[in-house]
Amino acid sequence: MKKFLKTVSLILTLLFSLGVLAGCGSEPAKKSAIDQIKERGKLRVAVFSDKPPFGFVDANGKNQGYDVYLAKRLAKDLLGDENKVEFVLVEAASRIEVLEADKVDITLANFTVTPERKEKVDFANPYMKVALGIVSPEGAPITSVDQLKGKKLIVNKGTTAETYFTKNYPDVELLKYDQNTEAFQALKDGRGAALAHDNTLVFAWSRENKGYVTGITKLGELDAIAPAVKKGNTELRDWINTELTKLGEEKFFHKDFEETLKPAYGDSVNPEDVVVEGGAIK
Amino acid sequence: MQDLGINVIFEGSNLLRLLIGLWVTMRIAIVAIAISVVFGIAFGIVMTVKNTFVQIVARLYLEAVRIIPILVWLFLFYFGLTKVLHIHLGAEVVSVIVFSLWGIAEMGDIVRGAITSLPAHQRASGRALGLTDLQIYRYIIIPQAVRRLIPAAINLATRMIKTTSLVVLIGVVEVLKVGQQIIEVSILKTPSASFWVYACIFALYFIICYPISLWSKKLELKWQNQ
Repeated sequence: MKKFLKTVSLILTLLFSLGVLAGCGSEPAKKSAIDQIKERGKLRVAVFSDKPPFGFVDANGKNQGYDVYLAKRLAKDLLGDENKVEFVLVEAASRIEVLEADKVDITLANFTVTPERKEKVDFANPYMKVALGIVSPEGAPITSVDQLKGKKLIVNKGTTAETYFTKNYPDVELLKYDQNTEAFQALKDGRGAALAHDNTLVFAWSRENKGYVTGITKLGELDAIAPAVKKGNTELRDWINTELTKLGEEKFFHKDFEETLKPAYGDSVNPEDVVVEGGAIK
Repeated sequence: MQDLGINVIFEGSNLLRLLIGLWVTMRIAIVAIAISVVFGIAFGIVMTVKNTFVQIVARLYLEAVRIIPILVWLFLFYFGLTKVLHIHLGAEVVSVIVFSLWGIAEMGDIVRGAITSLPAHQRASGRALGLTDLQIYRYIIIPQAVRRLIPAAINLATRMIKTTSLVVLIGVVEVLKVGQQIIEVSILKTPSASFWVYACIFALYFIICYPISLWSKKLELKWQNQ
């Protein structure tokens, strides 16, 4: 305790003197990014801790999920042991920061590639893809967008589903909700004919809620989900890309799907709608 | 219907995880509160000094901590320091620093308020008795000021304990985050999980914060009767 307080007070004193030194901060000597990881003996990966089935912590406190499965494999191939990975738990809002501040080597947190994010981090090739999915009651399934004309469709505010339908199908009436739970409840109450959201989410939901089917599994533009590294860390990015190509040959992500996503999605989902092998979306 | 939501808490090592999360919360809060009390009292006394320069500096510090949200401070120390100066601080250390900075500022202001609220004749009487400045503080000002600041200080302490839930944004997994992890894993199978987990967390926070309130009430009563 004494030592801790000492450290804290030392840090405080240091901080106050920082204002003066702020201008002189210099970059540490550049070492190969991969050598640094090997020297440390741990691959630091940012993952989600509450977004099943992609990244979550199970009842025994272990990290699990589609992203975690990949992270362990990367550690195994880079450092020879799948346990040589240190999971740094992140929130959606801090996924870029942890890379910029060098708190992790790779972010594997269901990170969708967008032009804005590309300015701040470097994305490797994708390992997963999302599109929109539409879930509807089994009794009155919606299997094509044309069936929605003149009917009400439930969406979440601020999601790709909302933008997509406002732009492309203005004659579909939208019912908008803030929260996922509200939106799904509205579908159960019969307030709309169907609900549109990320296909991965509606897959998982329709499996747990009997009487509903995902009539449309792939709609709109495909969004890619990819590992991200710190801007300028091309060495690590290139290594991940080679790794993804190699993993593609052994159909690694199909195995990943079987292990982590299938228990949540069931047989109703075709892995080809979600999984990306070899880093290239076909 | 077998999906009694309360079972979620006893599944696997969930209860232990919640308790470990609570320990993380307490560890940060207790250290920060201890630092805040000690340095806050000192800062409060400094704030009563009649020197324009000292007052401006103290005022600046206090207002900066008050105006800038705690979350921003956390980000500044955790990410900002590393980005600009390549200083790596652990997430928990950053939490303690930020919560202490906040606590010292708020505690300082409470102490200042308590000291200045004492009637001027108290000090004058002390001087008339021939006490030195230090003696006046030790025997007249501090004992009376402490009594006046107890309610506000206790309020600050419980606020600090509850606000620690922000530290999750820099990656510290405390009790509330553990709760969310448990809820998200179980929500599809046991929709009532969130109710039970939050109820459990409520109980845990209550167990921590209630004794503090009780103790402060006792203290106030005791001093009233003296």
